[in-house]
Amino acid sequence: MADTIEVDGKEFAVDEEGYLSNLNDWVPGVAGVMAKQDNLELTDEHWDIINFLREYYEEYQIAPAVRVLTKAVGKKLGKEKGNSKYLYSLFPYGPAKQACRFAGLPKPTGCV
Amino acid sequence: MAKATFEVPALSQYTEVPPVTPDAMAHSAPFKSKDEWQDALGFPGELPEDWQAKAIDKMGDLLGKYRSLRVYMDSCVKCGSCTDKCHYFLGTKDPKNMPVGRQDLMRKVYRRYFTLAGRFFPKLVGAEDFTKEVLDDWYSYFHQCSQCRRCSVFCPYGIDTAEISMAAREIMDSIGVGQKYCNEIIAKVYRIGNNLGLPGPALEDTLEGLEEDVFDDTGVKVRYPLDEEGAEILLVTPSADFFAEPHVDGLIGYGKVFHEAGVSWTISSYASEAANFGMFIGSYANMRKLAQRIREAAIKLKVKRIVFGECGHAWRVAYSFLNTLAGPWDFLDPRYPVPQHICEFTYELIKEGKLNLDKSENDDKVLTFHDSCNVARASRMGTTPGGQFEIPRAILKATCNNFYDMDEDTIRDRTFCCGGGGGLLTDDLMEIRVKGAKPRLDALNNVMQEKGVTHMAAICAICKSQFTKVLPYYGMEMDQIVSLHQLVSNALVLTPGEDDEEPDEDDDLDKNDNDEDTDEAA
Repeated sequence: MADTIEVDGKEFAVDEEGYLSNLNDWVPGVAGVMAKQDNLELTDEHWDIINFLREYYEEYQIAPAVRVLTKAVGKKLGKEKGNSKYLYSLFPYGPAKQACRFAGLPKPTGCV
Repeated sequence: MAKATFEVPALSQYTEVPPVTPDAMAHSAPFKSKDEWQDALGFPGELPEDWQAKAIDKMGDLLGKYRSLRVYMDSCVKCGSCTDKCHYFLGTKDPKNMPVGRQDLMRKVYRRYFTLAGRFFPKLVGAEDFTKEVLDDWYSYFHQCSQCRRCSVFCPYGIDTAEISMAAREIMDSIGVGQKYCNEIIAKVYRIGNNLGLPGPALEDTLEGLEEDVFDDTGVKVRYPLDEEGAEILLVTPSADFFAEPHVDGLIGYGKVFHEAGVSWTISSYASEAANFGMFIGSYANMRKLAQRIREAAIKLKVKRIVFGECGHAWRVAYSFLNTLAGPWDFLDPRYPVPQHICEFTYELIKEGKLNLDKSENDDKVLTFHDSCNVARASRMGTTPGGQFEIPRAILKATCNNFYDMDEDTIRDRTFCCGGGGGLLTDDLMEIRVKGAKPRLDALNNVMQEKGVTHMAAICAICKSQFTKVLPYYGMEMDQIVSLHQLVSNALVLTPGEDDEEPDEDDDLDKNDNDEDTDEAA
């Protein structure tokens, strides 16, 4: 994994797992470039999740628990989407880890 | 699922012993720890010039402190009994993943510096200098051991490779060669209180959400209290229980069981972590510091009992070491075990007939049970030998109509590790995790084919996360792994509590007070 990624002509430092080193660096373009690394094309559905993650992080300084996330998605986009299956369909490496990386959040650590 | 960049082994009816492929996993090594985390744990950040002398000193220190380590180094007779017992060898074919191969990585250094023959005639006794190449081998292969202790069950001398791996990691940490995954996490517990880094307000928000969910589902107010002074029970559970699936479904179950028991309980934001990664890195000092948080929280919250949630190695630390690490516990109620496992707690209630369980709620599943290694081989539950095997199964049978065990050679004290324990549950070790899961999944696949098993229950946060990740590599579904207390939660018929009948009573669920009528349906 490269130690920097280039977004709109600017260099951003990332750690060995591809997460932004400085969380304050994040700009929306970061998500697009990281998605390309993973061969994903970001849609509005992805952005709904990324934006929620950023809002939650802003308030609580941590990514939301999976259940908090699925509940919020269910409320906003309908019950059939309020589950992990839907989130994995958007973020195949896992909503907690892949979506957090795109959103510029630190990687959740521990037994997860 | 992520695409594999390595070859995923094919499942077979019985796990066969593969022909060896030397160095098949020599490329595997986890990311290194950074200065800030090393510093927080009391370790140097970088390899010093005189690292070799320092490492040998440390080894001497450990050999003096842990008599067992010296016995393990001296007593192997190369009988071969352990060679086909490690899931990582069976999954990777690498002979250094044979338990004896792994032990020999340390044994050859031990012989060189701590035995007479090795000092004078190293070649004759297989002794080797502690070179940088040997150190690199250590870093790679001592991070391909999940410290599950299966090999020790079969060793006629009882050599415990887990303890050797722990000692090796302690020696490496002492010369600045730490692993990112474990050490970042331990540093996070010191800073925030749990492995995930969930601060108090996030915990509070998450627990409030669970109260809402359970009320919506059942019409009964079940509480998930945080930092409530004077509660009878302190629940210490892995932080994954707050964060991940299927873990959280287990946490929901613990809350329902406490509700039915009619006891007050609380989680502590300060000790919001059962896991004790100090054990994985073999560091007594860090293990103790982590365990002390539980003591401090228990005193501050004035609890009378401590109950541990579903977490394998946490239970080993709790059951086997908590008294020496953080005791004496003379301020707790002596009528109860210190600490108690949530399974013991639930099982007692089942025996007393205090839980109204509707097994048909789990009729959409056919269950099997995965014995987690640290519970199976390093602890006990209840008052009789083998309680750690029988109690979880008794709970399963009380909550489900359809239960089948996997092959006897792969359960109870011979259980195969999930492949992600011992500090290996990190993405940079995905290859070893996937390959190491093969023996367990061979056995699971067997009961799926023969008995129609659909789900596997576990009582360890690492097992649950590991299976969620690796099952799809083998063509299985990630949600086939469930928490044991998730099944309890499904089957448990709740009794409306006092506050369900007194809408004016002050609590955190004010907005739900208008829905009191629905309680009648519960």
